[in-house]
Amino acid sequence: MSRRFSSSSRIFAIAGNTFTDLVRQRVFLFLLIFSLMVIGCSALLAKFSFQEEFQMLKDVALGAMSLFLSFFAILASAMLLPRDLEDRTIFTILSKPVPRHEYLMGKLLGVLTMLLLSTLIMGGLFLTVLVLREQSVLLETRNSVVGSQQELASALAEVRKSAFNWNLIPAMAILFAKASLIASLTLMISTFATSGIFAILTSVSAYFIGHLQETAREYWLGGVTVHWWSRLFSALLALVFPDLQAFNLSDDIVAGKGLPLDVFWQTIALGGVYTILYYLVACFLFQKREL
Amino acid sequence: MMGRVNPLRVLFAILFLGIAGSLILPWQIELQHLDRSAHFRSATLDLGLRERVGQAAFIAALSGFRAPVAALLWISAHAAWEKTEWGKMDALFESVTTLQPRVLLYWDIAAWHMAWNARASALQDLTQPSEVLRERSAGHYVALGRNFLERGIKNNPDQYLLYESLGRLAGTRESDHGAAADAYAKAASLTNAPAYLKRLAAYESSLTPGREREAYERLLSLYHEGAQQRVPTLVTRLHEFEQKLGIPKDQWVNDSVSSYPFYPLKAPK
Repeated sequence: MSRRFSSSSRIFAIAGNTFTDLVRQRVFLFLLIFSLMVIGCSALLAKFSFQEEFQMLKDVALGAMSLFLSFFAILASAMLLPRDLEDRTIFTILSKPVPRHEYLMGKLLGVLTMLLLSTLIMGGLFLTVLVLREQSVLLETRNSVVGSQQELASALAEVRKSAFNWNLIPAMAILFAKASLIASLTLMISTFATSGIFAILTSVSAYFIGHLQETAREYWLGGVTVHWWSRLFSALLALVFPDLQAFNLSDDIVAGKGLPLDVFWQTIALGGVYTILYYLVACFLFQKREL
Repeated sequence: MMGRVNPLRVLFAILFLGIAGSLILPWQIELQHLDRSAHFRSATLDLGLRERVGQAAFIAALSGFRAPVAALLWISAHAAWEKTEWGKMDALFESVTTLQPRVLLYWDIAAWHMAWNARASALQDLTQPSEVLRERSAGHYVALGRNFLERGIKNNPDQYLLYESLGRLAGTRESDHGAAADAYAKAASLTNAPAYLKRLAAYESSLTPGREREAYERLLSLYHEGAQQRVPTLVTRLHEFEQKLGIPKDQWVNDSVSSYPFYPLKAPK
C-alpha cells in the first residue's frame, strides 16, 4: 500500500498530543511566576517617577518573557524524545505508517503552539498591568495638575508617551521567533543526544554561543591577526550557530525606538529560516537513528 | 537510553549547517548593519563594564538581558540615592547608561542627580569646613552631570530632551547663558521639540552679554510667529530690549504686559 510522503492530519495529531502532554505537565505554572513578577514589580516601582516606573516595568517584563520563553523552549524540546523513549510511545507511533520527519514536525509544532500561547498569555498580562498603571497615573495627573487645559493635555500626553506604545507588539513577536528558533535547535540536538540532560546542557551552551556569534563573526571576518586554528574555530561558530543578538531588539524598543518594518520582517524571517534549517537537520539525523 | 547516530551523519549535518550558514551569513551581516543604522544593538559590552557590574550581570547582559540588568542597577542607584552615596550612584549610572545608551531617561536623571542633588549635598556638607573645598566638590558634581548629558547626546543626537537638559544645566548650574542658549536652540531645531524651547533659547540669549542684538532679533522673530509665542515673559523682555537697544518707537511691538514682571532681565546668581 502506498502512502503519502506527508500528511497534515498525522502531523496535527502528534502536535495536539505533544501540546496536551505539555499542558498536563503543568508547564503553565511558570506563568504564575511571571504574573507575580510583573505585578510585584509594578507595585515595587510605584515609588519611582512614572517615567522610571514604566521604563523598568517594560524592561523587566520583556526580559522575563525572553527568559521564560527561551527556558521553556529548551526544556520542553530537549525532553520530547527522551520521554517518548522512556514511555515507549515512540515505538508505538513509529511502528505505524508515520514517517520520522512527520513525527518530528508534530513534536516541533506542539512546542511552538505552547510557546505561542505562552507569549500571548504573558504579553496579555504584561500589557494589562501596563495599561492599568497608565490609567492610574493618568487619573492621578488629572487630579493633581492645576493649570490650563493645554498644560493638562501636555502632562497627559507625556504619561501616555512613557507607557504603552505599539512597538511592544512586534517586540513580543520577535521574542517568539527567537524562542521558536531555540526550540528547533534543541530538537535537533536531542536527535543525537544520548540523554535529556545532555540535550539541555548542550542547548544552553548553544544559547550562549548564539549570543556571542556576532563577536565570533567579527573576530573571523575582522582581519584580526590570530592563529589559523583560532580563526577556523571562530568561522565554525559563526557558520553553524545563529546570531541570537539579532533577536534582542526589545532592549532598544523599550527605550522608545521605533522598529522599522524591514528590520522587523527580516528578523522574523531570519528566525523562520533557522527554525526550518534546524528542523531539516534534525530530520536528517533522526532518519537512520537506532532507537 | 537512546541509540547512537552514525558519526558520519553528524559530520554531514555539521557540513550542511556550515554551507547553509555561509549562505545566511551575508544576510546576517546586512541585518546587523540595518539594525545599527536604525540605532539598534548599539550598546558596547566591554571588559570595563564587566568589572563594574560583576561577572553574573555581565553574562546576563551578554545573553540578551541588558534591559532587565539595567533596570536592576537603576533600582540599586535609587537605593544609593536614599543613602546619599554619590560615588556609588555615579558608578551605577555609568553601568546603566552603558547597558542602555538609547534610554534618554537614564542619561537625563543621572545628570540631574549629579548636577543638582549631589551638588546641593556637597555645598551643605558640614563635614567639610572649607567653603572653597565645598564649592570645588559641588563643581565636580556639576561637571559629572554635564558629562552624562554630553555622552547621552552623543548616543542620541536626534533627540531634543538631552539638549534641553544641557541648556538647563548650563543656564542654572554653570551660569553660562550663551552655552544654554545654543543648547536650547539646538534642541528646538530637532524633531518633535516643544515650542517653548525657542523661547528659552531667546531668553538665555538675552541674558548673555554681547548678544543683545541677537536676543532682540530672536525675541522679535518669535513674537511674529503668532499668539502662541506671545507669552508675557517674551513681550516684557522684548520691551526691555527695545529700550536698551534704542529701537525707534514706531518699530516697537504693540503689546503691553507690564502686569507680568516675571523672568527678570538680570541673570540669576
